[in-house]
Amino acid sequence: MSLDLTRLSLRFAAQPVLFAPLTLHVPRGTITTVTGPSGIGKSTLLDAIAGTLPGGVAMSGGITLNGQDITGQPAHRRRIGLLFQDAVLFGHLSVGDNLAFGLSPDIRGRAARRKAVTTALEQAGLGDMASRDPATLSGGQKARVALMRSLLADPQALLLDEPFSKLDAELRDEVRSFTFAHVRARGIPVLLVTHDHADAQAAQGPIVALGGRRP
Amino acid sequence: MTQGGLRICVLIVVALFGAGPILAGLWQALRASFAVLPAIGATAPSLAPWRELAHLPGIATSLRLTLISGLGATALALLLVMAVCITRSGRDIAAHAPKRPRHARMGTRQDPKAQPATPQPSHPSAPSAGPRTAHLALAPVLAPFLAAPHAAMAIGLAFVIAPSGWIARAIALILGWSSPPAWITVHDPGGVALMLGLVIKEFPFLMLVTLSALNQIPLHRTLVTGRTLGYGTGTLWLKTVLPQIWPMLRVPVMIVLAYALSNVDMALILGPSNPPTLAVLLTRLFSDPDTTLLLPASAGAVVQALLVLATFGVLWATGRAMRAVGLVWLRLGGRGARPAWPGQMLRTATSVVMAGLLTLGTLSVLALLMWSLAWRWPFPGLLPQTWSLHAWQGAQGNWHAPLITTLVLALATTALSTLLAIAWLEGEDRARKRTPAWGEAMIYLPLLVPQISFLYGLNILFLRLGLSGGLAAVIWAQTLFVFPYVMIALAAPWRALDPRLARTAAALGAGPWRQLVAVKLPTLLRPLLIAAAVGGAVSVAQYLPTLFMGAGRMTTLTTEAVTLASGSDRRITAVTAALQAALPFAGFLAALLIPAVLHRDRRALRGGGGSPG
Repeated sequence: MSLDLTRLSLRFAAQPVLFAPLTLHVPRGTITTVTGPSGIGKSTLLDAIAGTLPGGVAMSGGITLNGQDITGQPAHRRRIGLLFQDAVLFGHLSVGDNLAFGLSPDIRGRAARRKAVTTALEQAGLGDMASRDPATLSGGQKARVALMRSLLADPQALLLDEPFSKLDAELRDEVRSFTFAHVRARGIPVLLVTHDHADAQAAQGPIVALGGRRP
Repeated sequence: MTQGGLRICVLIVVALFGAGPILAGLWQALRASFAVLPAIGATAPSLAPWRELAHLPGIATSLRLTLISGLGATALALLLVMAVCITRSGRDIAAHAPKRPRHARMGTRQDPKAQPATPQPSHPSAPSAGPRTAHLALAPVLAPFLAAPHAAMAIGLAFVIAPSGWIARAIALILGWSSPPAWITVHDPGGVALMLGLVIKEFPFLMLVTLSALNQIPLHRTLVTGRTLGYGTGTLWLKTVLPQIWPMLRVPVMIVLAYALSNVDMALILGPSNPPTLAVLLTRLFSDPDTTLLLPASAGAVVQALLVLATFGVLWATGRAMRAVGLVWLRLGGRGARPAWPGQMLRTATSVVMAGLLTLGTLSVLALLMWSLAWRWPFPGLLPQTWSLHAWQGAQGNWHAPLITTLVLALATTALSTLLAIAWLEGEDRARKRTPAWGEAMIYLPLLVPQISFLYGLNILFLRLGLSGGLAAVIWAQTLFVFPYVMIALAAPWRALDPRLARTAAALGAGPWRQLVAVKLPTLLRPLLIAAAVGGAVSVAQYLPTLFMGAGRMTTLTTEAVTLASGSDRRITAVTAALQAALPFAGFLAALLIPAVLHRDRRALRGGGGSPG
């Protein structure tokens, strides 16, 4: 069980490749950190893995998840979770419905689904907030809701795109340990993109620096 | 995955039902102008229609009137827009430091150099409609003028400036007149009333477009930087701001030009009647029972198209010339001979003119309401002596059927156009690329080609296909003009939507349709409803497409109001025109209220701005 990249490289139309072809093995249960100077294409790398590459980006190489080649699959079939700097909660839905949106369709029945949402909210310390407007939550609360929403979809891998960089210093430690504790408990491969050394250290996993643009 | 499928489908639909028929209509007109119109038995090509057109009484005057009123109104509206910008830049505009739309900034969080795919806001169709943008003071004042249909505004204006209108009454009260003056204001032979009406309608449009263009450039920084270099405000506008926004204004100005040069409804109500403007003259010829007149009328339709094309050429050449001259001027580095320019005089004058125009527009709408409720209203009283609902209730006030027709047309065209616009924009999202320029040009084509130039030719095609005069034909013809405006209203907020919303939904397992229906559309509810309201307003205002494609049998509030305006009882006319004006306002009201109620507990979507999450 792992996420594997094989000689993955990306380029915007008519431009040099963003980074040297990347081969990476992300075993389950570890948080692998990717660092590199800004502009090298860390976020684009995550887009490629998640299947949400913007138009005009050419990709070569392969992506496998748990032994299955997912290189050509559309994003919604990959079962790869994605977290951004912002929580990106759906503003038209309540906090509870945000969680229900992602909840895996394998959980059937209204009662069972409601229970799954409630349990997740309680784990995040937001037990009484199911009917709240997400716009009224604090930054830390939003981050926790976003993580729980991702995990409820039962992802087979998780990608974190500098998820703590917009939080205040004290909040950052708290959200980070909350996030890492939950994703470790899942035992899935996790790829973290960050600028912050503290993030990389706390991840306690291998650290990969994206290399220069050699052909 | 068929990522590009939807986009290609929509392009084909727009080409097949939009651009194609317009070109076919133009081709029909061109053929008929050389006496080839098999429908009336004319098959031998000749120049006779052109000779007939040239010998029509008053044709030279018609052409002159068309050019003067069309070019004059556009130039005046544009000049006023520029004057307002320059003189008010320190207050309404630059004072609220313009913010780029939030998501445009977020989009640049990755290296902008490495992301050529990120659409830069340089496209004319991408005015930022971000809720928390600059110009808070002006925009809400201007928006209602866009909603009011041309015909209703023109009828109201005619009521206000007529010898028995409010202006004359106000003067009469001061000077003690007891009977209306012998003015010729409405239908004046010089076309001044028409020009005034056009400016009242087109100034708010150009002003709003300009304000949103200003939102897309770093206006505040440009002005501050320029001032620290010692430039005066006015000079800075001409040297740095105007060249930046002009590319975004070019298409809107062309739309205004095409309309001003070729509109029929306003010219019928306000313009000179004998000889009238070219478009009115052609409408009369096309509607004449004598079918041989169709041939010179077609030649006139070609002239009308060439006229508009020529002014586009002049516009383009002027732009180039001003750029060349401006660059020389810029390199000379003059800071402005009088750094204080624009001075207080220009500032006051601009404010007075703008306030005057907006007041006239407001009075026009009020006059409709007043006349529809008046019973006895002797000169020079400012208000009616007795009031009555007679005009609304009476047997003559036969507005029920036209109202229903208008509503059906508005709902059908708006639904079609909104669906098509959603399909267009969603198609771009799925294909992950913007439509090329020629595709966008197809959207705006119906607004740039004079209606009179292709609608009759199109009607002939429809007659041959047996489609003329039916509801479907009118719905389709109106949709030609409704769709572009719905696109203009929807494209900017759609493209400003945080792309991470859909990506997050995809990562949570939502396929393209669920992303669209469960995330994008609900998040965009407000702009969607506003775009639909714009569409409804455009549909309600349509005159010529209803008249021609309905073969004169389809009566809407607009066609009824235009007919009544030529000499019926004022009260009856006022009832029809007031209803015509009320429909768009009702639409906009609904567009504002529905999201406010549905999203009352959703702060991010209530229109106060802020991004989701």
